Amino acid sequence: MKFKLTFWRVVFIVIMGLGLYSTFIRFFYGLGAVSNMNDQFPWGLWIGFDLLCGVMLAAGGFCMVGAVYLFNVERLHSVVRPAVLTAFLGYVLFIVGLLFDLGRPWYIWHQLIYMNPHSVMFEVGICVMSYTTVLFFEFLPNVFERFNLKTPIKWIKKIYPVLIILGILLSTLHQSSLGSLYLIMPSKLHPFWYTPALPFLFFGSAIAVGLAMTIFESTQSAKAFGRHLELPVLVELGGALLVALWVNALLRFEDYFHRGLLGQIIKPSYEAYFLWLELALAFVIPITLLSFKKVRLSPGGLYLASVCTVLGFITNRLNIALIGFETYVGHHYIPKWTEFSVTLMIVAAGFALFGLAVRYLPIFPDVRVPVKERLITTETGPVVATPVLGHAGD
Amino acid sequence: MSKALLYDATMCIGCKQCEAGCAQQNKLRYDDAVAAESVQSAHKYTVVLTKDDKFMRRLCMHCEHPACASVCPVGALHKTKEGPVVYDVWKCIGCRYCMVACAFAQPKYEWQALNPRIRKCIMCPDRIAAGKQTACAEICPTGATKFGERDDLIKEAQDRVRQNPSTYLPRIYGLNEVGGTSVFILSSKNVEEYGYPASAKVGDTPMPEYTGRVMERIPDFIPVWTLVLGGIYWVSHRREEVAAAEAEEKDGRER
Repeated sequence: MKFKLTFWRVVFIVIMGLGLYSTFIRFFYGLGAVSNMNDQFPWGLWIGFDLLCGVMLAAGGFCMVGAVYLFNVERLHSVVRPAVLTAFLGYVLFIVGLLFDLGRPWYIWHQLIYMNPHSVMFEVGICVMSYTTVLFFEFLPNVFERFNLKTPIKWIKKIYPVLIILGILLSTLHQSSLGSLYLIMPSKLHPFWYTPALPFLFFGSAIAVGLAMTIFESTQSAKAFGRHLELPVLVELGGALLVALWVNALLRFEDYFHRGLLGQIIKPSYEAYFLWLELALAFVIPITLLSFKKVRLSPGGLYLASVCTVLGFITNRLNIALIGFETYVGHHYIPKWTEFSVTLMIVAAGFALFGLAVRYLPIFPDVRVPVKERLITTETGPVVATPVLGHAGD
Repeated sequence: MSKALLYDATMCIGCKQCEAGCAQQNKLRYDDAVAAESVQSAHKYTVVLTKDDKFMRRLCMHCEHPACASVCPVGALHKTKEGPVVYDVWKCIGCRYCMVACAFAQPKYEWQALNPRIRKCIMCPDRIAAGKQTACAEICPTGATKFGERDDLIKEAQDRVRQNPSTYLPRIYGLNEVGGTSVFILSSKNVEEYGYPASAKVGDTPMPEYTGRVMERIPDFIPVWTLVLGGIYWVSHRREEVAAAEAEEKDGRER
């Protein structure tokens, strides 16, 4: 156990070291030196992964807040806090990632004064800024509880309905608008991925991935923090995931059917291979897995299905952002190692911050903070007294 | 009135004077090495291409409904009423959405710079304001690049095609593409062979409409969706309140 921990710490330090080197290159030698982006490929890995995938992977926050506070599904209460934490960290880190990608990040505040309401990017920017603020307030009770501050908790509780509705509204808007970003490129983006339905597909995939990420994260933190796994909650999320995947699959099928592409997508081609990979990971494998009751009731099966879903939709968004432009451009874009290392650094920072937060804040009902210290009770059934391992942040 | 450029490839002799004039106007380096470059870049806003001894110029099309201007989150690009699509560097945040959105792939980037700018042909707005032609049109020895009123140039282009059907392909590139541009191209060879996007591919629809169709729904969507969400919240929590009240009542009776 001890060796494993050391190993992950070493990995973390290496990732951070390389990331800092790339950061230095980015800000002292420019975008051209740090990336393989060029005039033909003005958007690369950072937009494809950090922006498109990052925002999708943080969708668990609004999905779970929606389920628990909007629809009042009390049974899922235990997953709200980690989901909100993930979303908050995800959005903050995504903004950090954006500072790398923007050519003039020191002018990012121009969004607030030189507004262009016709721009999808403007809408995404404003929504992301506002939603990150909302997430900050949704996250604050953790801090207040930790320090036993009763009055501010009361205030937050008063405005909670507003925060919830505002958060879901903003999420609906920018999750779908990420897809709308690409609507202006009908002549550039490959028809497998360019469709007027992009905003709907992006919103749909955000919900599926939000559910899958919540399963993934619960399982993962159960392992990492020696927590008791709340199987009934995961089973319920697994059922919802199956429904969400079917809806997404149906949307995709309808889209290809109406645009008369069904014949083309089954013919082998460069784009088709990537499309097949995406469809297999996002739909075929997880839907097949989740269709078996035995799988749907087993932690391992749920974990596998959710990992597949997440990988599938990551492939989907990378296809849209990168692969879908290669035929138009006429050559491939392969990110430079420094681009990967910045992305890795951001992801690693996310894991580390999540670990720290779980250690020091009442995120999980049974980790670190004794139950009697907690002010807002997030009852989830029996709190199993598992020994807390003091190595959360890796 | 809106100004425009008419480029007639059949009159072009490939002297690249337009490239040189453009570089001089925009204070860009221009030497044999730059002249030999056959791609547009942050230091070369226009280029004369050669294929089978026939020439073709590439430059910003100055669309009537520019995609770049519509997508810019800070409005750093806009179309002036005189015709040019211009760039305010002091607004730019460097998101490069304009580069991705442009159907003609015209905006280029200073990839090596630490405070990079978008670079593209801006149709010499200062010269136009002073009542002069663009630098490229003024320097062109054969009149292949002609500057003038947009409406007049369209008429002239139509006349040239009508009068010399054997010389020209029966099309004016830029007249209808993406809803019309302010640069028109006449040629005997298809412009697509020089890297211009096919007319059928870019279509006649102004590019901003593709995103506009979605964006214009948002002002309606926000209040409706807020009401729906608020409604769901109210219903789902109301049920809880009722249940609590009923339980209390029951409790009271039992006692």
